[in-house]
Amino acid sequence: MADRRSIEVTVNDETYRHEVPVRLLLSDYIRDYLRLTGTHVGCEQGVCGACTILFDGRPARSCLLLAVQADGARIETVESLSVDGTLSDIQLAFHENFGLQCGFCTPGILMNTTFFLGQNPNPTEDEIREDLAGHLCRCTGYQHIVDSIIAAADRRAAASDSA
Amino acid sequence: MKPAPFDYHRPETLGEALDLLAELGPDARPLAGGQSLIPFMNFRLARPAALVDLNRVEGLAGIACDDEGLTVGAMTRQWDLEHSSETRARCPVLPAALRWVGHTATRARGTVGGSMAHADPAAELPVVAVALDAQMTVAGADGTTRSIPGGDFFLDHYTTALGPGDVLTEVRFPSLPASSGWGFEEFAFRSGDFAIASAAVTLESGDGIRPAARVVLGGVGTTPVRAREAELVLGHGEPTQATWCDAGEAAASEIDPLDDEIPAGYRRQIVANLVEKACANAWARRGGPNG
Repeated sequence: MADRRSIEVTVNDETYRHEVPVRLLLSDYIRDYLRLTGTHVGCEQGVCGACTILFDGRPARSCLLLAVQADGARIETVESLSVDGTLSDIQLAFHENFGLQCGFCTPGILMNTTFFLGQNPNPTEDEIREDLAGHLCRCTGYQHIVDSIIAAADRRAAASDSA
Repeated sequence: MKPAPFDYHRPETLGEALDLLAELGPDARPLAGGQSLIPFMNFRLARPAALVDLNRVEGLAGIACDDEGLTVGAMTRQWDLEHSSETRARCPVLPAALRWVGHTATRARGTVGGSMAHADPAAELPVVAVALDAQMTVAGADGTTRSIPGGDFFLDHYTTALGPGDVLTEVRFPSLPASSGWGFEEFAFRSGDFAIASAAVTLESGDGIRPAARVVLGGVGTTPVRAREAELVLGHGEPTQATWCDAGEAAASEIDPLDDEIPAGYRRQIVANLVEKACANAWARRGGPNG
């Protein structure tokens, strides 16, 4: 059995084909083959959440997937969020509410929050904190991250009210 | 923090998966959601010679329900089981337990069968499987299918009744009778951490005087542990608030938890508290939607 395999993956609406070692982690594929270094690698054991991406529309730890498993999958990374340099509403809320300091954990939190607010557009603070438990931030103490997510939800609610 | 080399196989049918596992021998491991196996491989705690990836195998994922319960395909994602309306209606203890399993991102990938087969002593789904008398359907290398009761499935830490070449294909969770109630409680330092302890309790009121009880604990032994002394306490006479407390004390005394970074005495206190709460909730929920 070959220890390399060809894969075809759609990442941020671009389709890529590569031959990869079967033991290559998806996080390393995204960073080293695609040069999409917004996906950060912290613990490589699924605990820190920094490498969280959307895999077929759902949040996933890219360090707990093999690149070969992404064959045929659709992936979004943090680079997908802003369009032509305009921040997404969630990114803007983090910017305005000091939702990051060093920024290492931020890409994973942004991707998870993208899914979370899609599922639960009007979350309570407790729900936000429980969801954030899957992401380690050693700078902020989380308060400003919680504030940012509340602000993003409020902004969306206001936008849909006025629409 | 990268896995050691291995061969990778991606079968599309259960037959192919079983043939591959038979051919590759005991050094091959089935790969389900990978939320425990891949970290083990990254740490080099596991070094399988080959992975047989079950993620593309047809027919292994899905939730089917009937009047007596839920049949859940082994490759059903934990997140899907947690958010299924059938689960909420027929086995509400499952979503209550699942919200303690890792985080959204790991539940979205992690599978029901993977959690059972991995058999982490702190895991929640095995505790529920023993509490509800779930049945595990196993496809064997010889082409046979057999059913293993939840109570006989978990043999030791990370060790189950699955033999080499076996694939767990589905888990049957029976609904509780309407006269029953359930409780699930857990304590962990942070949401999503491994449980310091967990407790699942089912109480059937029967004639309202002698409830038939099941008390199962997680995180306190090498497998889910039935607290039989606590069950006896609950089976005696009309329960009062003190009964829940006595059941908690009985459970705390009958277990033999590890004395590691979590002192055994601390775990016992946690267990007493969790069992007491789970019993009170189970009693209050009698007659609710399917328990």
